[in-house]
This record gives sequence, C-alpha cells and structure tokens, in this order.
Amino acid sequence: MNGMGVNVSLNNPYSNDKVIEACAIFGMMDLSGRRFGFRDPVKAISNMRERSNGLGAGFAIYGLYPEHKDDYALHIMYLNRNAREKTEKLLEQNFDVLKAEEIPTDPKAYVQSPPPIWRYFVQPKKSIAKNISQDDYVLENVMKINTGIRGALVISSGKNMGVFKGVGFPEDIAEYFCLDEYEGYMWICHGRFPTNTPGWWGGSQPFNILDWTVAHNGELSSYGANRRYLEMYGYYSTMYTDSEVMVYALDLLVRRHKLPLEVVAKIFAPPFWFEIDAMEPKERNFYMALRQCYGSLLMNGPFAIIAARTGEMIGLADRLKLRPLTVAIKGDLFYISSEESAIRLVAPHLDKVWKPRGGELVVGRLKTLKLLEIPQSGWEDEKLY
Amino acid sequence: MKSYIEPEFIVKRDYEKCVKCKVCINECTYGVHYYDDKNDIIRSRDENCVNCHRCVVFCPTKAITIEKNPTQYTENSHWTREVITSIKRQAETGGAILTGMGCDKPYYTYWDKILLNASQVTNPSIDPLREPIELRTYLGAKPDKLELELENGEVLLKTKLAPQLCAEVPILFAAVSYGAVNFNVHLALARAAAELGTFMNCGEGGLDKRLYRYGDHIIVQVASGRFGVNPEYLNVGAAIEIKIGQGAKPGIGGHLPGEKVTQEIAQIRMIPVGTDALSPAPHHDIYSIEDLRQLIYALKEATDYTKPVAVKIAAVHNSAAIASGIARAGADIIVLDGVRGATGAAPKVIRDNVGIPIELALASVDQRLRDEGIRNRVSIIVSGGIRSSADVVKAIALGADAVYIGTAALVAIGCTLCQKCYTGKCPWGITTTDPQISKRLDPDVAAKRLINLVRAWSIEIKEMLGAMGINAIESLRGNREQLRGVGLTDTELKILGIKMAGE
Repeated sequence: MNGMGVNVSLNNPYSNDKVIEACAIFGMMDLSGRRFGFRDPVKAISNMRERSNGLGAGFAIYGLYPEHKDDYALHIMYLNRNAREKTEKLLEQNFDVLKAEEIPTDPKAYVQSPPPIWRYFVQPKKSIAKNISQDDYVLENVMKINTGIRGALVISSGKNMGVFKGVGFPEDIAEYFCLDEYEGYMWICHGRFPTNTPGWWGGSQPFNILDWTVAHNGELSSYGANRRYLEMYGYYSTMYTDSEVMVYALDLLVRRHKLPLEVVAKIFAPPFWFEIDAMEPKERNFYMALRQCYGSLLMNGPFAIIAARTGEMIGLADRLKLRPLTVAIKGDLFYISSEESAIRLVAPHLDKVWKPRGGELVVGRLKTLKLLEIPQSGWEDEKLY
Repeated sequence: MKSYIEPEFIVKRDYEKCVKCKVCINECTYGVHYYDDKNDIIRSRDENCVNCHRCVVFCPTKAITIEKNPTQYTENSHWTREVITSIKRQAETGGAILTGMGCDKPYYTYWDKILLNASQVTNPSIDPLREPIELRTYLGAKPDKLELELENGEVLLKTKLAPQLCAEVPILFAAVSYGAVNFNVHLALARAAAELGTFMNCGEGGLDKRLYRYGDHIIVQVASGRFGVNPEYLNVGAAIEIKIGQGAKPGIGGHLPGEKVTQEIAQIRMIPVGTDALSPAPHHDIYSIEDLRQLIYALKEATDYTKPVAVKIAAVHNSAAIASGIARAGADIIVLDGVRGATGAAPKVIRDNVGIPIELALASVDQRLRDEGIRNRVSIIVSGGIRSSADVVKAIALGADAVYIGTAALVAIGCTLCQKCYTGKCPWGITTTDPQISKRLDPDVAAKRLINLVRAWSIEIKEMLGAMGINAIESLRGNREQLRGVGLTDTELKILGIKMAGE
C-alpha cells in the first residue's frame, strides 16, 4: 500500500521492491519502415544465453497491427479466472471494444504454466473521455486494472504494437506466442536472468505503457526515489521493477512534459556537477535546471536500455556505463544490443558498429517518420536528433 | 528557606596529581573550585557543579573527575531522582523549571532502529575515492515541469526557476540567535559555512553588521519578536526563514534574560540594554494560514523575489497538514524541527513533553506532500537531534532535502550538553554574552572544528552512498527502499514507510 491507498502490490505475488536481474537486450529496426519477421531478432536474442536463465523473456513488435493502426491494442494477462470477467466489464464500460480475442499460442512450446493472454482493440468512449487526452484516459484505465483487479495485468497498451512475454528462454517464448506469424518494422527483445524471484509471467520484460516500451538490463539504486516521484503523477509501479519506472518516466517526460529525447537522456544520465560548472553560462543554466527540476528521475546505478515508440528506437546506458551496449548499422537496418556477437550473428558484415559512452543517447528513426501519424511532441526538427 | 536539594555531581580531585595551579578555579564560571589558603589546598562546592567538564579538560595534570552523586534516594522507578529534585526545586522557588538544549528522555530515537542498504553482485558499489559522488543540493521550490523552446535550432529554457540555495553538502548550521550565543560563535559558524559552501542560520536575534560579508552563506530569521529585522537585514541574507515554532519548545515563545542583553546585543536586537527580550508565543500578525501567506509574500516583496523563503515549524501531531498549508501558502522551504531540537532556554516540562520525533514527522510530511502532488513545490530541511552522518543519510532517504545541525555543531566547538545555557555562564564560551567568557571561544579554532566535522561527515556520506551504488544525493532523496527497520511495530513501519529488515 502506498500513501494514496492504492494497492500497488495486488498483482505482484512476490512483493519485492524491485526485481534484481541481469539481462540480454536486443533491438532491431528497419529505418525504411519495411516490416520483417521473427527470424533475426529471435536468433540474436537467443544467442545471448549466458545473459538469461530461462526465467523470463519477451518481445515488443511495432508495426504489428496495420489493420488496427488507430486503435489501442491492449494485451492483458490473466492470472486467474475472475480477472478476465472483471476486466472485460471495465473495458465494456469505458471503451468501445472493436475486437477481443485470446492471443494464439502453441501448446507444444517449452514454457511453464502460462496464463491466458488476451488482446483487445479499443477506442475510448467519447461520452466518458471528456476533458482528458485519449492517452491519459487509457493510462488511467491501465492503472485502474493493474492496481484494482487482482490477477489482471495490462502488458501493453499502444497502437499498432504489442508485447509478448512470459517465463522461458526467448526462443521458447517466441515459439509459444507463434511469433513466426507476425511482422513489424521494429523488434525489441529481452532475455532475463532474475536473481531474487522465481520468474513469473508478469515480471518479464519488455515493459510498456501506451506508445513506450523499454527493455532494460540493470538495477537502479535510485529506484525508490524514482518510483515515489512517479507516483505523484499517477504512475504506480505494479510489477515492482525498475524497468517499469523507466517506461513510466519516458511517458511522463516525452508525452506529457513534451521534452525531446536528447533532453530526457540528460535527465536519466546527467553530466556531473563539475562538468556543468565548467560550461558556458547558458548551457550551465540549462543543465542546472534539468537536475534541479528532475533530480528525482536521475536513473542511478547500472542500466542499459533499449526504448521504443512509434518510429523511434533509442539506446542509453547509465553515466558510469556499468552495463554493456553496442550499436550497429547495416544498410537500413539499425541494431542495438547487449553484445556485438548477437548483431554479428544475424548481420556479419556491418557498415558501422560502435559502443556509445555512458549517458550518450543513440536514436534510430524511421526515414518516413513525418509521414506517419505519431503523437506530436513538437520537436521533429530539433537538431539534436 | 533551607534548600533540600542535594548536589547532582561530586567533584573528585586527586590530590597526588593536583599542583594547585588554580586553572580549575579560573576556568569554572559557576564558582565550584576555590582555594583554601589556610590549608593550602583547592576545594570544591559540589552543589554548584553542572558537569560541564571545563575543569576536567583544562586541568594540566588531569587531577579532576566528576561523578554522579552516589547518594541516591531509595530506589523507585516511578519517583526518580529527577522527579524528586524537580518537585523540591519548585516547592522552593514557585517557578517553572528552566533548562537548555534538547529533550534528553529515552523516547524513541528512530534513527537507531533504521538500517541502510548496500549493493552487492547485481549492482556494483561505487568507490568514492575513484568516482565522483555528488552531494550538492539545491533548496527551493521546483516547477512540476520544465518548458523548453526552440530558437534557431537551439534548445532554450522557457521556465524560470524560483530562487534556490546551493548547498555543496546537505548539512546546514541551525539557527542559534545572537544573544543566546555570542559574536564569536556566529563568526565561527559564518566562516565555516562560507568555507564549506553551505549556510548558517543566524537565528532570531538579528545579525551583527560585521557578518554581512558572509551574507551569501547566511539564512536570516524572522521570528515573533522581529528582533533585528529591517530591510538591510532581509536583503543581506541568502534566504529568509520565518520561525513559527521550535522543536525544543513547540507552541511557546522565547525569553532572552536581560542579563545577556549587552550593549552589542541590544543594538542588533533594537531593544534597550539589560531588558528581557521576549518573543511572543505566536506571531501576532499570524493567527491563521492566510496571514502566514501574507508574511511570506511581504518578505518576498521586500527582497524583490530574489530569495527563497523558508518556514520553520516544530514537529507536532498535525505537522503534515500544517506543512501542506505552508507549501500552498508559498513557502519555498519547510523546516521541521523535532522533539530533540535544542534551545538556549525552555521550560523543562515543555522541552520534554511537547512535540514528536523528527523521523515520524518527516516521514508523514514527505508522504503527505507527495500524496497531494506538491512535493516539488517545497524543499524539506529537518533538524532536531541529527547526531551523525548516518542520521543525515537516513533523513534524506526518508524524504528530507537537507538537514540542519545545531547541537552537533555546538558539541564540535566545545559544548558538553550540560543543559545550563540559560544561565548565560557557559564555561566553554558558547551560550554566554559575557565579554570575558566569550573570549574563550576562538573563532578561528571553532571554525576549523566545524569545517572538520562537516568534511568528516561528507566523507562518510559518500562512503554510504557509494555502498548503495548511488553517486548523486538526489537519488537518495525519498528513496525509502534503501531503509529497513528493526524492532519496530507494524504501525511504526507504516508511518515511516519502510519495511522490516529481512523483508
């Protein structure tokens, strides 16, 4: 229970503060927007087996549901039978549900006790969602389900994208969710090595809220400070993982506070004060204000993340670079990975490969991004990109 | 009337070591030691001894020890010696019993029931000798979000931040008024604050003009007596603090006895020499929250909105609601002073019975402000019994931005907590305005001792942060995941917002 009387631990049977884990992360994007299948991403993430232990894996795919590209696609995991009934009642009340179906799975796959996962294509009910942006309305309802209905977890809530995740090695999870049947222009993959909880389906990665997805390798020492700050803005960390905090922080800063990604990177991994002190006055004031205002969102401790939203994939590591991150380009293909070996496996001859420094943001964007309908952040022409 | 009160302490002198140099006689301001010239021997008046240790430290042959009077009343856990002595004293004087410093009762010190975390294996700890660990803290109101704008491809800051105090360490020197202490103490605090890149609070007695040059490192206080408050005073400081309450004596005012009001003190306080300086219990222009708002904005107007305004309250039962009101009234900083907070003089019954532990008040205020979504709007400074770097780290993890140290700072320059500040005869030259005794406090030495103390704590704080895998203090602020409780009830854990060790 937190101070606002929201039962945030309802859906986390282990009630841990945070999930302590080491991980493999891999992201692959076709900058031309061409959609591709599961083969390369699954092969690459599975190659980093040393970094995961079969207790969690997952995939986020963008460009997944072109036929429903304007509808919110809710992927919801049900850990008990009542949960679906209650959740669907809530969805019926607040949304126009255009389609509801259980996500097809392959029972032959090697996974343990999988819960049913459903997907819903929905539109906020216009009569109810007044005086609030559609995104905020969806966010509110996601929080309502995650903190209010025992056994129900919304694992993704964006448009034209979806998350598939569970307990198993990445290749098993891919097989279980029949990922060979899907295509997308961007795949974010995760393999997990939790050290403090038995793997459970809800705690697997990637994490998503609305358009943002994060695959994260690390453990945030600042987690408690980050979590309590985000609670003030209505984000409840229901799965108690630091990765969740990352995705909420991205939603808050990019979508709601309209900050450019380059600036967000400097909030997550700011320069040290001695560096700021040495800057020109204008720059110094800017960085000072960032740290003064958003100090509670400094992500302290080891992390490397691959984060994605429609048309963009970013990589970022903590300011001490305590977790590995490699970036590569081959033609239109853009890769971010924990290890170079995983990239080389699927693309042996790369145009360019480099390891960004701690706090250095890497962004890959669709060449056609302006043609797509994406949430307007107002920063399309910003030179930092 | 014959006094029935027995000496609390017995002075023991080792006559084999005593060389009759009379240092003890000169050092004692309470007239304990005297020379018996008929017998060529130094003797003691035990009943005067306050156990300040001045003679013990300065005796060149270490011939003196002070002991608790071994003659005790019949053992009784209810009617203790302290109780019996108090009753006798009141029966003899008919007055309230005065005391100094903070509550000395064994009420819970929650700091000692809270333990810190450290990183291992999955998260590397950081070595402060090899990597920078940042303690810099900005105090003041923060906006909920920053608005930026693009101009010629350059990102510009549109939001203008409220004025901030930049403290290189999250430790500030608490308010001790000029009058309660002498100029040398103020000078030492100001010099140390300037050297350390932090702040001293000058307290409610005004500020000597000789200290104006340290103004960038001084928080000037405005209390109910309004002593020494004028436009120049308000503008010379780095910030202004409105003192509503004090942890040592919540709900009551202050009383500086006329004996301490010397020419210098009188001039700064703007009162006649030798008159008692009385601070009313409430501010007589603040009978409600909207009045506080007016004072906050009057002070902001007077300083052209260039300085943060803090409001200090004592930690009491409804601190959380009061703090929320203070934040909404426009204060930039809230100062919470706990039951252990010290004073130069307070009725003993108030000091020991009114107010609550700072740990609980801090936890509930921080949570309340977060629940209301206004935690960014104010910084929180806590004070009242912060004894060590560990207390500082625990306070920040519970939700404070910074701490004030008062008692610890005075201990650093000689105080032994004998609790007799109100007599004005402090043998260590601290809580006295007697020009002769004040000389005992060398401002250079005292400043050095204060600087050493805060530097030592800073090193320790960095070690603790590094062990937690944190390299910037803002990542500790409100980070209660780093805390665990031992020996606490469920309710205590809930209020503190922390888990039991092992959980």
